[in-house]
Amino acid sequence: MLTTIAKIMGSILVNGKAQEVELPVSLIELIKKNNVEQPEMVSIQINGEFVDRSAFETTQINDNDEVDFLYFMGGGSRC
Amino acid sequence: MDFTEDQIQRYSRHILLQDVGVEGQEKISNGKVLIVGAGGLGAPVALYLAAAGVGTIGIIDGDVVDLSNLQRQVIHFTPDVNKPKVISAKEKINLLNPDVKVNTYYDLLTAANALEIIKDYDFIVDGTDNFPVKFLINDACVKAGKPFSHGGILRFDGQAITVLPGTTACYRCVFHSPPPANAVPTCSEAGVLGAIAGILGTIQATEVLKYLTGVGNLLTDRLLTFNAKTMEFRNIKVKHNHKCQVCGDHPTITELVDYEQATCEIKTNH
Repeated sequence: MLTTIAKIMGSILVNGKAQEVELPVSLIELIKKNNVEQPEMVSIQINGEFVDRSAFETTQINDNDEVDFLYFMGGGSRC
Repeated sequence: MDFTEDQIQRYSRHILLQDVGVEGQEKISNGKVLIVGAGGLGAPVALYLAAAGVGTIGIIDGDVVDLSNLQRQVIHFTPDVNKPKVISAKEKINLLNPDVKVNTYYDLLTAANALEIIKDYDFIVDGTDNFPVKFLINDACVKAGKPFSHGGILRFDGQAITVLPGTTACYRCVFHSPPPANAVPTCSEAGVLGAIAGILGTIQATEVLKYLTGVGNLLTDRLLTFNAKTMEFRNIKVKHNHKCQVCGDHPTITELVDYEQATCEIKTNH
């Protein structure tokens, strides 16, 4: 009897752009897949809700989710 | 306020705008705006607000002009090198528009002076390059109920959001707390395309003029981001965060903090 669980492909939006992902996928895996250099330096919302940084590991991405990576940006003058 | 003939001529392109008119120009001329940082972002903000005839412009910056600033900080010229940025900026504003009263603060914005300085202004512009001060501006403005514009630039990217405290998402709602010191590169370390400062600064100046005149919809509850390589602009909807430490349901930040200084104090106390 085969016990292999088939991977399901899901379609999500990352920063407004469509992306195909194998489900299930965790947020931390998605972060790696999107080459976010410093995960601790990004604020993330899924479907408009902020995700606590402590929940990056445990949060699962679902089909049709909209994920936004918001980066810290400085600039301007030292003051 | 009665405009002179010269002023009517100077501001004619505003007055011609149906949404602005004489009434809107009066609001601009009565406006008091504080610009924190006279650098890449503060320079275009100051020039456009001065040109627009904002009545009072405050500028706070503790730095002097460096040769490496001139690639993007368009309010400072070559002979200004080594001059305090606030003085250099004030001189240009006075030349551009003598109607504008300029208050200069040759100082850093700190937890100790922030509330005292911002209290006299209608709107605050964040043109700073580091996160402790960006969070300080946010927290001070939320506490004082002062609207402000956040702006950030790095390499080929920029972002902006306008905050109306008590009504719309604040900077801390989105970014929670400052990243560890030196974890995020600043422009001085990573570089920035000079003209990006102009794009972002003029967006911030536009928000100020919209706020003062009441025209249009402010850039609230959405983070504007752009990338100059692709020239793609994006509005990301954000909303007030109930867990926000400063404007959430149970705020834990009741006093302003200088993050870097707080670290030093802990070190010296132990």
